Amino acid sequence: MRVIQVQAPGLLTTVQDLGREGFGPMGVSPSGAADPNAMRIGNRLVGNAEGAAGLEMTLLGGTFAFPEGAVLALTGSDFAATMDEKPVGLWMSFEARAGQTLRLGPTRSGARCYLCVRGGIEVKDFLGSASTHLLSGLGGLEGRGLRKGDVLKIGEANGSYRRGTLAANALERLSARKTLRVTPGPQGEWFPEASRRLFYSCAYRVAEETNRMGIRLRGEAIPMSSGGAGHEEIGRNASPTAGAGEMISEGVSLGAIQVPEGGLPIILFVEQQTTGGYAKIANVISADLSSLGQLRPRDEVRFERVDWETACSLLIEQERWLASEELIVK
Amino acid sequence: MRYTLASMDTSAAEGARFQFASDQSLLVYFGHRITLQAHERVRKLLRLLELEPVTGIRNLHPAYCSLLVKFDALRMGHDELEAILRKYLERLEEVTLPSPRHLEIPVSYGGEFGPDLGEVAAMHGLTPEEIIELHASVEYLVYFLGFVPGYAYLGELPEALVTPRLGAPRRRVPAGSVGIAGTQTGVYPFATPGGWRLLGRTPIAMFRPDGDSLSFLSIGDRVRFVPISPGEFAALERK
Repeated sequence: MRVIQVQAPGLLTTVQDLGREGFGPMGVSPSGAADPNAMRIGNRLVGNAEGAAGLEMTLLGGTFAFPEGAVLALTGSDFAATMDEKPVGLWMSFEARAGQTLRLGPTRSGARCYLCVRGGIEVKDFLGSASTHLLSGLGGLEGRGLRKGDVLKIGEANGSYRRGTLAANALERLSARKTLRVTPGPQGEWFPEASRRLFYSCAYRVAEETNRMGIRLRGEAIPMSSGGAGHEEIGRNASPTAGAGEMISEGVSLGAIQVPEGGLPIILFVEQQTTGGYAKIANVISADLSSLGQLRPRDEVRFERVDWETACSLLIEQERWLASEELIVK
Repeated sequence: MRYTLASMDTSAAEGARFQFASDQSLLVYFGHRITLQAHERVRKLLRLLELEPVTGIRNLHPAYCSLLVKFDALRMGHDELEAILRKYLERLEEVTLPSPRHLEIPVSYGGEFGPDLGEVAAMHGLTPEEIIELHASVEYLVYFLGFVPGYAYLGELPEALVTPRLGAPRRRVPAGSVGIAGTQTGVYPFATPGGWRLLGRTPIAMFRPDGDSLSFLSIGDRVRFVPISPGEFAALERK
């Protein structure tokens, strides 16, 4: 049995795959890789199915030993990886020989780096997925981030594999966007025109307390009423007496940008709450969700409104490109 | 603009309103009030979609008077999904809901388990004992599970117990905490941040990943809180 020995876990390293869909009625959000595109490509590079489980590292990577060797790929952000002191490239498959150690450092680009291993990482499935859901302590390895001394089982690989590298022209398309494209939120029109203009014209900074549940933003507060009186009633009124136009808790979608009391937007992320009581001004389009996974605290973001057709065609185009044979050069 | 059309479009037949929520999700609203009728329609649509799943629907998020439907945007669009859902809505009358389960949740009120009990009592000019009696006096309906795994939105509180939530939420509410906010009450299944006023704590695991049914409560259940002593709490917790 092949294993990965965790010698140092890094800042926050979790087992992730592409998440568990379908358990919203129990309040369980999908979780899964914060940058699913990077994870999918990583798995393809090592000859896995796109949804095999791998490791997601955050801001500072870990140190991993491979006593029996392994076929690996690193994707996402550049965490200055070295194998036995020699630099290892991103977006390509490579081999760890028996006894070699892979070291990653602090990020030199975005927030997350993925380590995919041929055969995938084997953990006990929870609701059909290996994804760690940190808040509830479910899935992944004991529902938590990795610790020093953890030993992860590598699964049996099947199918053929040839060493591969990402096509050179693909890198530019994979670079994380800082101008996020959005469609209007379900309460978008509740916000006065001036508030919406503010939201679409201001730059926001990602706050330190951002996590996999939500990306908190700092910047201009978005007033709910034209008088700028604040948000006292928003999100408080899940009462039977709430009239039309007052917010009643409802299902929320991935990438929803909610505006709580205080007016500072929060983007709901992979470990999102499944329902919420704040008005949503906009929603990040599906094609830009992977970019959210690479946002670091203090990064500057802006929002650009697109229409529904554009959102849909951008996603179709992205999927076609991700599925293409030319993406990976063997 | 499709967005405006969709949001303006109301189906008189079913009184349901459709609203684009994102490029891969659609909201179905059954009015904008929390009523038993709206709750029943949410449940019936949810049940029908669970009994006869639609290819391309990936997830469902029920709430008080709405259902968020997440779909595979590569397989279908909002309009196509709306047409399918309208067909389902026409059949809601034929859906029978299972008769509700009646469940009890033991709660040790006050002390370290219910740090807000005293203040809630003072706000209403009642004694802590009277607050406990009120909270345990009625049977609550599970409107839906949401927020985090196994979190049940229970209503309604007796009128004399209706209390605004905390001005500033706590950073960490212990698992099992029983809180109230507005007309609602609920149990925190996990240690999370939270703004509800805490009256007590239950030793029952509200969400157990290794159990037969993951969540202790399900949508539509009827629930009563039963006061227990800290000693009984400790005994139940050991089980």
